[in-house]
Amino acid sequence: MRDLLGIIDLSEPTEGLGELTLHRTLGAVPFGGRYRVIDFTLSNMVNAGIRNVGILLNDRFGPLLDHIKDGKEWDLNRQRDGMFLLPAPLRTDSSEGLNSNLSNLRHNRSYLEKSRQEYALFSGCSMVTNLDYRVAFAYHLEKDADITVIYNQDGKLASHPPYTAVVTDGEGRITDIALNPRECTSRKVSLNMFIMRKDLLITLVDYYSARQKRDLFTDAIMPRLDELKIFGYEHRGYVGVINSLKSYYQHSMDLLKPEVWRDLFFSHGLINTKVKHEAPVRYLEGSRVQDSLIATGCTIEGTVENSILFRGVEVGPGVTIKDSIIMQKAKLGPGVSLRNVILDKDVTISAGKSLAGDPSFPMVIAKSSEV
Amino acid sequence: MQKKELVAMLLAGGQGSRLGILTKKLAKPAVPFGGKYRIIDFTLSNCSNSGIDSVGVLTQYQPLTLNAYIGIGSAWDLDRSGGGVSVLPPYVKDQGGEWYKGTANAVYQNIDFIAQHDPEYVLILSGDHIYKMDYSKMLSYHKSKGAAGTIAVIPVPWEETHRFGVMKADEQGRIVEFQEKPKVAKSNLASMGVYIFNWKELRSYLEADEADPKSSNDFGKNIIPKMLRAGEPLYAYAFREYWKDVGTVDSLWEANMDLIKKDPDLKLNDSKWKIFSLNHTYPPQLVGPLADVQGSLLSDGCLVLGRVHHSVIFTGTQIEEGAEVTDSVIMPGVKIGKGALVHKAIIGENTIVEAGAKIGVPARPGEKVEISNENGITVIEDNVCVPGTMRIVEGTVLSVAEWPEFPEEWIS
Repeated sequence: MRDLLGIIDLSEPTEGLGELTLHRTLGAVPFGGRYRVIDFTLSNMVNAGIRNVGILLNDRFGPLLDHIKDGKEWDLNRQRDGMFLLPAPLRTDSSEGLNSNLSNLRHNRSYLEKSRQEYALFSGCSMVTNLDYRVAFAYHLEKDADITVIYNQDGKLASHPPYTAVVTDGEGRITDIALNPRECTSRKVSLNMFIMRKDLLITLVDYYSARQKRDLFTDAIMPRLDELKIFGYEHRGYVGVINSLKSYYQHSMDLLKPEVWRDLFFSHGLINTKVKHEAPVRYLEGSRVQDSLIATGCTIEGTVENSILFRGVEVGPGVTIKDSIIMQKAKLGPGVSLRNVILDKDVTISAGKSLAGDPSFPMVIAKSSEV
Repeated sequence: MQKKELVAMLLAGGQGSRLGILTKKLAKPAVPFGGKYRIIDFTLSNCSNSGIDSVGVLTQYQPLTLNAYIGIGSAWDLDRSGGGVSVLPPYVKDQGGEWYKGTANAVYQNIDFIAQHDPEYVLILSGDHIYKMDYSKMLSYHKSKGAAGTIAVIPVPWEETHRFGVMKADEQGRIVEFQEKPKVAKSNLASMGVYIFNWKELRSYLEADEADPKSSNDFGKNIIPKMLRAGEPLYAYAFREYWKDVGTVDSLWEANMDLIKKDPDLKLNDSKWKIFSLNHTYPPQLVGPLADVQGSLLSDGCLVLGRVHHSVIFTGTQIEEGAEVTDSVIMPGVKIGKGALVHKAIIGENTIVEAGAKIGVPARPGEKVEISNENGITVIEDNVCVPGTMRIVEGTVLSVAEWPEFPEEWIS
């Protein structure tokens, strides 16, 4: 895998995530009690033996940089290769070039050229999964493909548009690609992860960025479907997509199933994240916790059901949390009751307050709010 | 190398033989403690939080786990240029080499290491105590007294003084008498095994002690009495917070249980004095639909589907449906099968307790059992599998060496 360069793209759309991405890029959205969304893609790459990872930065990347620092938690603070931060061509007078991965790749062309790897794995970071890229890469070589697109067909992703459906023939070659098709052409949904030779990537970037195109897949790969040998590789594990509040909430709640918890966090290696040295969770007498994911640093004396608690949340006596996601360091006054609520980091809820959203539409309280 | 004001020497070579099977393959400082830590984390974190950036860790007995764990010290922020953590096993010198004979000899053998840093002061620590202490305050005290040596002391119950080195100090804190494990103690201030010495003085005492063939080369037995006899100004530095020597099965179990009190004396979640540890990033613990967790401490990566009361559960442990764990310490990676019972036990790392097994049950009337632990704490070794048919009577200490022949009555 020393031959594979990893590129992580942060330009996927975030409008659907509302307040969760108000001040942070998609990769920095907190997920699963202690992680940020980018941890999954980054850890999968490193667990597969990839040692050179470039991250295409757009806007709102402050929280992301604070999280990944020098890449040490992923063993990417290396003398040779390691982690590279690749900023978009920002200009003070325009936002042109933002959220365009082609323009960003063009801007960072020298990084691609100088990297000694022969192949590139390009991945968005909206897919939360644990997959073994070594197998996908071996498939790519075995098929002698120009491009390999990783897909999943468990059927759930198509209910969270936007998505890209692919159709494959008996050999696994992709014969059709459709964006959000109205009629269901295929259950196979692209995970926005592609493997190709690095020189092919550079050729595509040069050609299409010069023609003002913006997105690698839709603008540069899709038009070449007939001309290039594009294969599909099926990843069968659990996949969650983070592209709307609904999908965020649903895929968070999936983690409360032991089989999903095992698959996502253990199947092909552990998911690494920034370590904060929090103490083990303290359950006091009288606590009632069921069907919940609890991160270290929490102290629980109240009731928690079907919920996710991030690090350092204190649930005092008389506090009730149901069907909710409570991010880091929330301060909940005595007698607070929460249901179908997502509390972003550092939210304070004063005593006795009761908040409820709808199961299909959770209430989101923005970072550092006081209720 | 850059000159340092103070270098810490952490003695981590002890076998901890009173922990029995828990230290069969690792040194006492590497024994897991408190849900996610190892004992040495407390001392290393104290160093880091006290602003000490040069720490020598002296290893000897079963060092592999400890070596791998400490690594380059990143977890404690001790991966520093011109210092940081250095693991110091005994090594061969031009006049031959030998094992560390005693605490003082261990430091004597590393005189060259300390001299590299040319420090004013040396802090001697032991890697087998649980406490949070700011050594920088002790250093200020040492300086303000103009001491040659300062010994941290803690008041202990008078009836326990025979287990400790006891200091009698005058009103200014100057030590006037030292008794090592006395039958009749003159003071109840026990040495915590934490010393600060002026390096120049200590060096000459270490060299003199080494030249004395009758010495057992120990700080408590030899160096400190010799310094006192020579009239060196030695001071006692009183520490009044939580401190526990976890050298026995009982004290290890008790110290773990201390953490799950409603208002524990030693707080682990203090953001100003974090206890650092090397951890793999396991996911947050998942507590299942029928789980019942009360008065307990649980770490990352645990899957709890059963009942956990009044227990400390380490990283990556699985407790299946219908299993009951009470008053126990469950070390990392343990699996407890469906319907298994574990009461007042310490279960070693990665051990599997199969479905239906019963650990820590009372003996049946007339049942002949070999009790190794009078206080009734059952200990199961690491990396073994307890078959589901087994019934292990409370107070048993079970090692795999005596595994093949079970007494009839153990099979339920």
